[in-house]
Amino acid sequence: MDLINLALKAIFVENIALAFFLGMCSFLAVSKKVDTAMGLGLAVVFVLTVVTPLNALINNYILKDGALAWALGEEKAAGYDLSFLAFITFIATIAAAVQIVEMSIDKFAPALYSALGVFLPLIAVNCAILGSSLFMVEREYTVMQSTVFGFGSGVGFWLAIVALAAIRERLKYSNVPPGLRGLGITFMITGLMAMGFMIFGGIQL
Amino acid sequence: MDKKTRSILLDPLHEKNPVTLGVLGICSALAVTTKLETAFVMSAALTFVLVCSNTTISLLRNKIPGSIRIITQLAIIASLVIVADQVLKAFLFDTSKALSVFVGLIITNCIVMGRAEAFAMANPPMASALDGFANSMGYSVVLIYVALFRELLGSGKVLGSPVFASVSDGGWYVPNGLMVLSPGAFFLIGLLIWVQRSMTPTLQEAD
Repeated sequence: MDLINLALKAIFVENIALAFFLGMCSFLAVSKKVDTAMGLGLAVVFVLTVVTPLNALINNYILKDGALAWALGEEKAAGYDLSFLAFITFIATIAAAVQIVEMSIDKFAPALYSALGVFLPLIAVNCAILGSSLFMVEREYTVMQSTVFGFGSGVGFWLAIVALAAIRERLKYSNVPPGLRGLGITFMITGLMAMGFMIFGGIQL
Repeated sequence: MDKKTRSILLDPLHEKNPVTLGVLGICSALAVTTKLETAFVMSAALTFVLVCSNTTISLLRNKIPGSIRIITQLAIIASLVIVADQVLKAFLFDTSKALSVFVGLIITNCIVMGRAEAFAMANPPMASALDGFANSMGYSVVLIYVALFRELLGSGKVLGSPVFASVSDGGWYVPNGLMVLSPGAFFLIGLLIWVQRSMTPTLQEAD
């Protein structure tokens, strides 16, 4: 039950794109068409679900204060706190995982690969991925919880980017003031969507 | 100052602003701007990282093999961010707590990667350092504008000291809660883009 709540919270209440502004760059740049938005969204769901628990494992068993107890024994491990290395380890894990995911999709699911292809390498530098790993550390999730959290965040991002792309496709038919065209109006719409998502704010899970 | 240096220094402030025109570094521009103080600290951290990373990458540009340049750049940037994060934790612990994960997210801030790719890989160190500085100023200007209005309208304060006396303190200003929440930041940047592009019509998008 807790896990379902965690997922719902990550998808709606604390939507990673609209409440925490993570992954905004690709959110705004790749939302011109529903098809491409769908592709990027699915790739993000996939990578987040793989990478967040991976980083949770690394954090819980290598980096955290005294986490090396399983290798060195309680007493010796107490002196090691490698958490300052978190940033560089996480980004390396993400880059490597994205590469592996890309190669295995290419090998086993060529159709999926041609759909996601261009977006996978971009994801390595998507703030949403590193962001949820860092949130996972800050909120001290276990490996199981971080799998669910990663999946939830991914679905939240996917939902938001597909919705934005659908609105932007309709926008072609409206008369927007010249200065607002393109990026400006996209910000306004995202703001309105963020307001929409705020209705979930008061829900206690 | 010759023409090229001038354009390196001034373009990122307006005509090639990384945030409002390049759509880069939006995440942190929106997230850390509820208070002016955090915006200042974030700008300083980004300036440090961007200037150092541009210089380092430019010094190494002839040594970095093309096929692994992204991961090399990431490693350099991540190391610099660790330094910035440790310094913040040591000297400004409260602000560093308020910035939460966003100092770490400088690693994936597209401005840093973007400038490394677009400028530092092809230019000498001195020019790259200037370029890094100018771009972080372009970023900081937007950050400080958004933070100023969000703090002023959201709580009636500037840098923590009251400007508009709020109703709860017996004054007249009813704080606008929307500004503190995420939509306020989107609207403010949207408005900034609108004003900027109306003033300089050449920047407008065709569609």
